Amino acid sequence: MSKRIDVKDLNVYYSKFLAVEGVNINIDAKSVTAFIGPSGCGKSTFLRTLNRMHEVIPGARVEGEVLLDGDNLYGPGVDPVTVRSQIGMVFQRPNPFPTMSIRDNVLAGVKLNNTKISKGEADVLVERSLQGANLWNEVKDRLAKPGSGLSGGQQQRLCIARAIAVEPQVILMDEPCSALDPISTLAIEDLINELKDQYTVVIVTHNMQQAARVSDKTAFFNIAGTGKPGKLIEFGDTPTIFSNPTEKATEDYVSGRFG
Amino acid sequence: MEQGTDAFVPYIKICRAPAAEASAPGARIPSKPKDREVTTTSLTKSRGAGHAGDKVFSAATLAAGCLILVVLFGVALFLVIQALPALVAPADKIQGGEGFFTYIWPLVIGTLIASVIALVIATPIAIGVALFISHFAPRQLASGLGYVIDLLAAIPSVVYGAWGVAFLAKEISPSYNWLAENMGWLPIFQGPASATGKTILTAGIVLAVMVLPIITSLTREIFLQTPKLHEEAALALGATRWEMIRMTVLPFGRPGIISAVMLGLGRALGETMAVALVLSSGALTASLIQTGNQTIAAEIALNFPEASGIKVNTLIAAGLVLFVITLGVNMIARGIISRHKEFSGAN
Repeated sequence: MSKRIDVKDLNVYYSKFLAVEGVNINIDAKSVTAFIGPSGCGKSTFLRTLNRMHEVIPGARVEGEVLLDGDNLYGPGVDPVTVRSQIGMVFQRPNPFPTMSIRDNVLAGVKLNNTKISKGEADVLVERSLQGANLWNEVKDRLAKPGSGLSGGQQQRLCIARAIAVEPQVILMDEPCSALDPISTLAIEDLINELKDQYTVVIVTHNMQQAARVSDKTAFFNIAGTGKPGKLIEFGDTPTIFSNPTEKATEDYVSGRFG
Repeated sequence: MEQGTDAFVPYIKICRAPAAEASAPGARIPSKPKDREVTTTSLTKSRGAGHAGDKVFSAATLAAGCLILVVLFGVALFLVIQALPALVAPADKIQGGEGFFTYIWPLVIGTLIASVIALVIATPIAIGVALFISHFAPRQLASGLGYVIDLLAAIPSVVYGAWGVAFLAKEISPSYNWLAENMGWLPIFQGPASATGKTILTAGIVLAVMVLPIITSLTREIFLQTPKLHEEAALALGATRWEMIRMTVLPFGRPGIISAVMLGLGRALGETMAVALVLSSGALTASLIQTGNQTIAAEIALNFPEASGIKVNTLIAAGLVLFVITLGVNMIARGIISRHKEFSGAN
C-alpha cells in the first residue's frame, strides 16, 4: 500500500516564470522525506506537483517526469483526479469540511471513490481511520458533531484521518504543524512516525528540528535570489544533512546562519 | 456612510492638534515630575473629541436602525387601519358579493402559482449560470457574462411586460397547444389552450427572466467566497470538479442560495407591471395554459385607479395579505437557514 516516487528533471512554471528548476529526487516507499528550505524557495510548489495539485493555480505547469512506481503522473491520458486519489495531501491549515460531521469528513473521500458502502463497513472504516490518526478516543462520542468544533490539532488529525481513509499510496504534508501548538505538533509527529509503516510520507516543514525528528531523508531547497528559480541543493539521509552536509549552503541553513 | 465620515474628520483633526502641542515641549525639556503627570492624565482622561465622534457615529447608526423599524411599522399600521373596513364589512359589499376571503383566496393562489413557476424555472438556471461564472468559465468570459446578467436586472419591468405580451405570448402559444394535446391528462396542462398565450404560465416565465439576474448575481458572489482551503481539500481527496462543487461550494453557499431565492421570490410576489400586461386575468383555474388566474399585485394595480369607497379598502387589504405572505416566506427561509447553523461553515 505504498509506492516510491522518482522525479526526473522537473521544472515548474507559473505562466512564464520558472519557479522550480531541474529537480531530480528519488523518494523511497515507506519512508518519511522532509523538504526544508527558506520561504519562497519552491518546496511547497514542488510538493504540489507530486499530486498535480499545482494545476489548481491558473497558469501553473510542469516539464519533466514524476514516476509513481514507474508510472508517469504527467503521461498522456493520466487523469489528475486518479492521481490525487492515490497521493493524498494534508494542508498547512486544518481544513475539515465545515458543513459535514466528523464521520462524514472521514468518509468524504471514500464516498467519492466507491459510491456504495454499507453502514457497517463505513463504521469500521471510520474507526480504523480515526484510530490511525490517533483521534478515535477523543471524538468517538461525537462523530455526528461538525468537524469545525474540534481544536486545531484535532482538526489536523481529522484531515489526516480523511486522507488515510482512502488508503493512498503516498501522503504529502504541506507544513502540517505550522498552525498548531507544540503539544498538537508532537501528536502529529508521533503520528507521522506510525504512518511510515504503511505509507510513503513527504513533509514540507519550516521547522528544522521537526525535519530532524521525523524524517529518514531530507531535501534542502534554496533560491539564489528574488525572481530566480528554486533548486534542490542537496538530498540525503537526515543525519548526514544535519551533521555533515556536502554543500556549504546546506550547512549554513541547518546551522541557522541564514534563512 | 457619507454622514459618518463627515462627522469623523473634524474630530480627528481637533484631537490630533493638542496632542502634538503637549508632546513637543515635553520632548524638549525632559523633567521627571512633568513626565509623571503626563502619564497619569493620559491614562485617566480619554481623548474628548474622539470620544464624541464615537458617540455621534453610534447615535447615527442607531437612528438609521430605528428609522427602518419605524417605516416598517408605519406601513404595517397603514395597511391594517385601511384594510380594517374591508375585513369587517358585510359580505355583499365586497366585490363578488361573497365576502373578503372568497375574494382574496383565488388571488393568493394565483400569486403563489406565478411565483412558484418563476422560481422553479429561474433557480436551477441561476445556480448553473452562477457556477459557470464562478468555477468553470475562463476569467475574461466570466466577467463579461456577469456584466450581461447584471444588465438584465436593470431592464424596467414594463419592458419585460411588453416583451412578454408582444413577443413571448405569441411565440409560445403553439407549444401550449402541444402541451394541451399531449399532456392534457395533467390538470395543469388541461386544454383548450389559450389562443393568445396570455396565461399564468407565460407570466411565470416572464417573472423567471426577471428574477434570474437577482438570484444569479447573489449566488455567484457566494460561490466565489467558498474558502480555497476547502476546495483544495476536496480536490486533494480525488474529487472531480463537479464533486468538489457538491462537497464544498454548494453546502457552503446553501444559506446564501436560500436567501437569494427568497429575494427572487419577493420580487416575483410583488411584481405588478409585467404580470398586469402579460396575464389576461380571470377566475381561478388549475390549468396553467388557459386564460385565467390573477395575482394580488396586478389586481391592485389594475383596479386601484377607478376604485372608490369600500373597494379601496378591499384592495389595500389585498396588499396587507401580500405583505403577510412575504413576511411568512422570509421567516420560513430564516428558519431553514438557522436550523443548519452548526454546519454552516461560519464557525
